[in-house]
Amino acid sequence: MIFIDFLLAFVIGGFICLIGQLIMDFGKLTPGHTLSILVVAGAILSGLGLYQPLIDLAGAGATIPITSFGHSLTQGAIAEAQKHGWVGVLTGMFEVTSSGISAAIVFGFIAAFIFKPKGKAN
Amino acid sequence: MEQEQYKNLEQQITPPTPYMKNALIAFFVGGIICTIGHAITYFYIIFFDFTEKTVGNPTVSTMIFLSMLLTGFGLYKKLGQFAGAGSAVPVTGFGNAVISAAIEHRTEGVVLGIGGNIFKLAGSVILFGVASAFFVALIKLILVTIGVVQW
Amino acid sequence: MVIEFKSKPSILANGAVAGPLEKKSVFYSYFDSIVEDERWNEKTNEQGHSTMILDACDIVMKKANIKNLDVDFFLSGDLVNQMTPSNFAARELAISFIGLFSACATSVSSVIIASLLTELGASQLAIAGAASQHNAIEKQFRYPNYYGAKKPATAQWTVTAAGYALVGKHNPEYPSIVAATVGKVVDYGDTNPFHMGGAMAPAAYDTIVAHLKKRNQKFQDYDLIMTGDLGKIGLKILKAMFAQAGVTPEELQLLRDAGAEFYGEDQAFQAGASGAGCSAAVYFSYIIQQLKSGRFKRVLLCATGALLSPLSFQQGESIPCTAHAIELTME
Repeated sequence: MIFIDFLLAFVIGGFICLIGQLIMDFGKLTPGHTLSILVVAGAILSGLGLYQPLIDLAGAGATIPITSFGHSLTQGAIAEAQKHGWVGVLTGMFEVTSSGISAAIVFGFIAAFIFKPKGKAN
Repeated sequence: MEQEQYKNLEQQITPPTPYMKNALIAFFVGGIICTIGHAITYFYIIFFDFTEKTVGNPTVSTMIFLSMLLTGFGLYKKLGQFAGAGSAVPVTGFGNAVISAAIEHRTEGVVLGIGGNIFKLAGSVILFGVASAFFVALIKLILVTIGVVQW
Repeated sequence: MVIEFKSKPSILANGAVAGPLEKKSVFYSYFDSIVEDERWNEKTNEQGHSTMILDACDIVMKKANIKNLDVDFFLSGDLVNQMTPSNFAARELAISFIGLFSACATSVSSVIIASLLTELGASQLAIAGAASQHNAIEKQFRYPNYYGAKKPATAQWTVTAAGYALVGKHNPEYPSIVAATVGKVVDYGDTNPFHMGGAMAPAAYDTIVAHLKKRNQKFQDYDLIMTGDLGKIGLKILKAMFAQAGVTPEELQLLRDAGAEFYGEDQAFQAGASGAGCSAAVYFSYIIQQLKSGRFKRVLLCATGALLSPLSFQQGESIPCTAHAIELTME
């Protein structure tokens, strides 16, 4: 049972990355463009109520890809809109600071003092 | 030689993008990163009092911490060259974009260097994440108000 | 525009230095020194870049047994914003200085200007050349060094290297510059910054054809025609262009590229080397030594440069390219 659980995380997570690679290669886009598209896709799927079932199914397979960033922000905005109406759409955005952003800022700040960039070829 | 002619010649000689290979590598590496994330999820649920609902934050933070180590030792760069979207799409890739920019611009000072450039690459992801969340929520609110859908 | 030098200025000394990764280069044994720290023991990559330029110039002056006061002109360029590494090196050298930007073709454009100044009699000795430092250039043109993005097979690796030459009055014991071609800017509409070879090949073609035509020469008149940093794929494209124009396969063997050969067959560097220091370090080490030893009698060095900036690329502009050539002979 736990094996299936991990397999689902692997397959769903891998599949989202595969879609990202296809967007990048066929669209001849930079990683920045590709990730932006995926984030918007995550937000839209979330609005349609399709992303939460994916998380229930795949766990980290759906929460680790960047699409979940769009999802969590959207869910925050929708939850607040439900409570407070029009104002909630905006305040909801402030309610849910993504842990991804906070962690990246903190660790990025620390790393800047520890590491220096080097030019290593593969 | 005309521009059209040259484009044809250039295209003939330039090796084609290995779509299939790139996609498969992205699938496997991305899958493995998510599987590691899944294992961390279990770790937090079993050894700490996190639930399925709340485990997202510590998992993501841990993944980004790992991303910091890999980025700082120049390993994420190598992984990225191999895996493409496989290492860019998971949240570790977002971490790599932020952390690598912070390291790179340390020499320009803490405020203008790190502060001014930390979101150089990841900024667009935040922009589109927040903006699309706003519009999706707005549209949903409108649809609920006019009675097309339920919350 | 082809210039024929009546006074035939000579390259009296040459110096090339490179970073630690360049030990992998097939030209490694020709470089004067390899520095183990890619930042040349400075705090930042940009300072290291500047010190690397100074290092190469010091080697040139030591070889010629001269001091900076003996040199009339310093002509240098690099790829960092406003060429600060060259400017800062010029501050230390205290030699009359003109900064030049022809991207990776600066190695040759600087020598052309030096030759003109020599021919004019304004310069007795001039140091000319170019340099690039991998980390500083990546930061400027692409992503942070530690960012993990997949570069395609056409991408090239910016070298950490500097090459400088001392140009003076004609001396039959040294290689002499008999002619030069200042290239036009050619743009075939390429927009991919990870396929510079493809963007630059037409510029190299244009310049080589113009030079041979004006000088009434053929490929066989040369022991070697070497382009700057087209890379493996760019060189293939250039060869195909010449093949279509009726140049035979035997003649095409005379056509080589410094960037394509720089790192040998090492796949980690994809299509090969690039950067202003790439052609400069190869020309002002390997090529000069081969001329001096008599293995080459006449060579054409055609350095290529992609004249883009990160800004122009983001605004959707195509990549204009240029190529400058010098013809060197050894009596």
